[in-house]
Formats: sequence, structure tokens, C-alpha cells
Amino acid sequence: MSVMLEVKNLFKNYGSVEILKDINVAIEKGDFLVLVGPSGCGKSTLLNCIAGLEEITAGDVMIGGQNMTDVSPKDRDIAMVFQSYALYPTMTVAKNITFGMKVRGVDAQTQQSKLAEVAKQLQMEPLLNRKPGQLSGGQRQRVAMGRALVRDPKLFLFDEPLSNLDAKLRVEMRTEIKRLHLDLGATMVYVTHDQIEAMTLATKIVVLKDGIIQQIGTPAEIYNNPKNLFVADFMGSPAMNLMPATTSSAKSGTQIQIERENDEPLILNDKAGLNLPKDVIVGLRPEDIVEAGFRAGTGVQTATCMVDIVEPAGADTYVMTKLGGTEVTTRLHAETQATPGKPLEFAFDLGKVSYFDPDTGSRLN
Amino acid sequence: MTDFSTNQTTRKQGRAGQIALRWGLYLILCLFALYYLMPLFVMLTTSLKSLEEIRTGSLLSLPRNITFDAWSTAWSKACTGIQCEGLRPYFWNSLLLSVPAVMISTLLGALNGYVIAQWKFKGSNLIFSLMLFGCFIPFQVVLLPMARVLGILNMAGTIPGLIFVHVVYGIGFTTLFFRNYYVTIPQELVKAAKVDGAGFVRIFWSIFLPLSLPIIVVTVIWQFTQIWNDFLFGVSFSQAGTQPVTVALNNIVNSTTGVKEYNVDMAAAIIAAMPTLLVYVVAGKYFIRGLTAGSVKG
Repeated sequence: MSVMLEVKNLFKNYGSVEILKDINVAIEKGDFLVLVGPSGCGKSTLLNCIAGLEEITAGDVMIGGQNMTDVSPKDRDIAMVFQSYALYPTMTVAKNITFGMKVRGVDAQTQQSKLAEVAKQLQMEPLLNRKPGQLSGGQRQRVAMGRALVRDPKLFLFDEPLSNLDAKLRVEMRTEIKRLHLDLGATMVYVTHDQIEAMTLATKIVVLKDGIIQQIGTPAEIYNNPKNLFVADFMGSPAMNLMPATTSSAKSGTQIQIERENDEPLILNDKAGLNLPKDVIVGLRPEDIVEAGFRAGTGVQTATCMVDIVEPAGADTYVMTKLGGTEVTTRLHAETQATPGKPLEFAFDLGKVSYFDPDTGSRLN
Repeated sequence: MTDFSTNQTTRKQGRAGQIALRWGLYLILCLFALYYLMPLFVMLTTSLKSLEEIRTGSLLSLPRNITFDAWSTAWSKACTGIQCEGLRPYFWNSLLLSVPAVMISTLLGALNGYVIAQWKFKGSNLIFSLMLFGCFIPFQVVLLPMARVLGILNMAGTIPGLIFVHVVYGIGFTTLFFRNYYVTIPQELVKAAKVDGAGFVRIFWSIFLPLSLPIIVVTVIWQFTQIWNDFLFGVSFSQAGTQPVTVALNNIVNSTTGVKEYNVDMAAAIIAAMPTLLVYVVAGKYFIRGLTAGSVKG
């Protein structure tokens, strides 16, 4: 596999404000890279830098092995889908899709055959003679996709393409984008603030915060082994539980002590021989704290905690309990008998636990 | 039951009040309309009367015998100073000067607005502010420097010279109009077109101009009215053969010998005002629409 996109030591400043700091990413042909982060983290700016729509302050952007740093967007062999779709309002759908080819002087016959092909692929043949103003949000989205697809570029860029759609349509289009990616084998870079979109679509995720890459990895790596507190907290819904704790060595491994209000501290024993500092933050995802008896394994430890709030969500029931001064969310089976104000025995799966340094926020295990 | 009936009566009273209010409103509006139409009425009726009738009759009475003599005199025979060719040659001068001046200033305004709104560069805001500043400079201030510039350019007293003056003076306004319109167009449109391979001119021509009809109408009406009605530049920077219609009208009214021909003056004034009226009647509805279009478009 060849490297399709490589961003090397990229910096971007607006005046004296640093937007992106030393960005290094590389993806191979056929990869689906998702840039994710909270708003203002620089992810859209990074996409614009890759597209050539923003000048970069320092560094290099290589596309398909060529250095494209000083090449204008039209010569980078890319196609882009925008958040507002950016359809040309006075042109029909067909003209919107063929505009790029027309500008590049592709002959009319090729234009028409490509248009027909894309229209079929996206099932929008009946829409071709309409103006963007006469289309619904989902249809506009399709046209924007069509405009990108028809170009058959080296690299597809998506700038939060689904954020203007309602929840149901968003999930449908997400699946459709995933299918397109599989069908075309195309290389895509996708910006979103929605971590579920990131998890479902990506073959590789870049988590950004304040213009700095926090972690690069596959969705599983990011989810299971977050490199720091920010990534742990940002990825996953409901978020990972992060509980302050103190550790001490015990006969078999490490003893972890989590303070509780009006109760004795919760004691857990991690048998994996880790060398942890005294103060740590224990990270456990909601699905790794279940009702006792529903999880088996070497790392599983049980303890009784007071149930605070019960939130049935259909497939699961979320139960909150207070641990280490924070509200801890646990994901229980739907038929749980948990009642607010009553104690319940929970199973903590320490095989999945993450430890973080409370000062630096970085991962310890 | 009683509750119901009192409710009905109050509702009836309310409706009666509303109708009265509406009628009152219309009455006031009609009075205002009459007030504003009065001069036009006097102009029209006077221009259709003979001099004899004007002298003997009342100002507000309708003409007894309608005659178009005054109109034809005003158009082709009335004297402006020593020449007696009527308004006709000057009317053409005005057209020859307004049409290119309107077109050039609108096109330049569109280009400027496009650059300032969508292709920001270092200092573009400063340049825009300076152009805006130009809108607020009174005509009188630039008369002498402008005369000097026209002299240097060898365009003094010519129609191209006047076109130049009006274009320079108009750019501030036209740029403002187009800039405010184009600012409402999302930047992503330009980005999408750039990725599609279009350049500066292509994006302007294929994407922005087709979107601009409402603001073009506004600008054309505005510029045409300004340039056609201009007197000061016309009288300052023209000479015998190149005077616009406003200057000729002034000369007709001021240079009669002997009897003052009110009917001819009135007819000449109406002729001089006709094109702007026509433009406004034809394109007026786009004018209001265009003025508000920028604010609601997302």
C-alpha cells in the first residue's frame, strides 16, 4: 500500500495565534481518516490546509507522493464536501455536479456519462433538473456528495458533512458514506465533532485539542487505550468514568482505594503487577462496570455501592453511583432490579481499566 | 349566557374600532398622496394648456383645450441661450453619458464588492473604509481638483470626461452595495468552486453574477437616478455641445426673453424627469426586494 496523504510538521498561525502545532499524520490508500475534537480544536483548519484553501505557516503536505504544499487547491486532485454543502444556488443539480468537469474542459459526452453514473449511484436521477433551493437537506447532501464523487480524485475531504441533518438522516447517511468508502476503495479525510461518527467510520482517528494531536490510532486503540484524560473523556458515550484514587502495594498486585461519601472507601485489587504512583485517576467505561454475576474474568472484582439514579434506556439501563466524589455511570442490563437509594453489588472489570496521572493527565498503564 | 353576549358585544366593538382605524389610515395616506401628487398635477395640466389659458385660468383647473404644442416646443424648439433646438440634443447627451457611466460603475462596484467580501487581502478593510469615505465627500469639494484632473487627462468638457467623473464618484456606493450583498454569501461557495478548479474570474462570472440580479437592479436604479439627475457636475464639466439635459432644462427656464412660457418649462421638466421615472416604475419592485434581499438571505 502506498502513502496517499502525509502531513509533516505542519504549523498554522493566524497572526500570533497558533491554531495548529506540529501536526504529523500519514494515511495509506483506501484509509478513512477521521479528525475529531471539540469545536475550536483546529480540525477544520487542518482539513482546509490539506485542501490548500488555507496557507500553512510551516511544514509540508504530500498527496499521492507529491509535495503539494504550494500547489493551489484545483491542482491537488482532491474533492471536498462542505458542512453547508456549498451548492451553486443558480445552477441545477446536473450543472452543480458537472461544473468541475466543465471548468477543467472535459468534453460534454464524458460529462454526461459521468453524471449519469453518479446520479445512479446516489439514486438522484429525478433531481437532476432541480435547483438546490428546491431540495431537502438530505437531497442537498447527496448532491454535494455527487459533486465530489464525479471527480474521482485521489483524496476525498469531508468537512462535517452530516452536522446539518436531523438525527435519523444522519445515521442513514453515515452508513451510506461507509458503503461508498467500501465500494470505491477511496481515501477519505473526514472532520467531525461527533465521536460516534468518528468511531463508526474511521480506519484511523486523530483526536485533536487546541491544535495539538492528542492521539492517533484505530478506533479500537483510541477507545480501549486512550493516551490521556482528554481522549478518555472525549471518546465514548456516555463518557468514561474517571475516579480519583490512591494506590498501595498489596500481597497480590495493587490495592486501589476510592473514597466514598458517608461510607467506607471502595477497595479494589488489581492483580496485574503495575508500578503506579500513590495518586492516580482510575478510568473505567460504563460497560465495564456491570451488575455482579454478569461479567467473569480474571480482572473482575465485586463491591457493593449505593445506587443513586436509575435511567432505563431501552436496551440498557444506566445506573449512577457516587464514587471518589464523582457521579459514576454504569451500564447494566435492561432488567436490572437496581433501585435508587438501595445498595447493589457491582462487578468492576479491571481487565479494561485505564490509569492516568492526575497532574499530567497521561496514561500510566 | 350573559358572559357570552357581553363577549360578543365587546368583540363587535373591537371590530368596529378596527375598521374605523383602517379607514382613518387610508384617509391620511390619501391626503399624503394628494399632497405629493399636487405638483405633478400642476405640471401636467400646465404643460397641456396654451399660454393664453394659463394667463387667464386658475393654476389648479383642468385644461379646457388640450394642446401638445408646449411639449413639441420643449423637445425641439425651445431656446437654451442662443441656440433654439429644444431639449433633444441634450437628452441624447444625457443618455450617452448615463448609460456607460451606470454600466461601468456597476461593473466596477460588483468586482470591488466581490474582492472585498470574498477575497480578503491585507488592507482590504482599509480600502473599503476609504471607498465608503468617498460616499460622504460633498460634490462641491471635488469640483476644482476634478477640473484639474480632467484638464490633465485632456477630457475637460467632453462626455467621456463626465462619464469618468460619475464613475469615480459612483464607485463608493456601488462597491458598498455589492460588498454588503456578497458578504452574505457563504465563503464555502468560493472554497467549493476553488476545489472544483475555478479561478477568480470564473467564480465571479459563473457563480456570483448569476446570484446578483437583485443588487444589480438596485445599483442601476441608484446610479441612473444619480447620474441622470446630476446638475452640478454637468454644469461644471461640460461645454456647449456636451451639456446634459438637466443643464439644458435650467437654461430653457432661465433664458426666456419676453413672456415666460410656463407650459414649455413644465413640459421640459417632465421630459427631463421621464427616464428616471420610467426606470423606477419598471424596476421598482426589484428595488425594494433587492434592498432587503441581502439581509434575509442565508
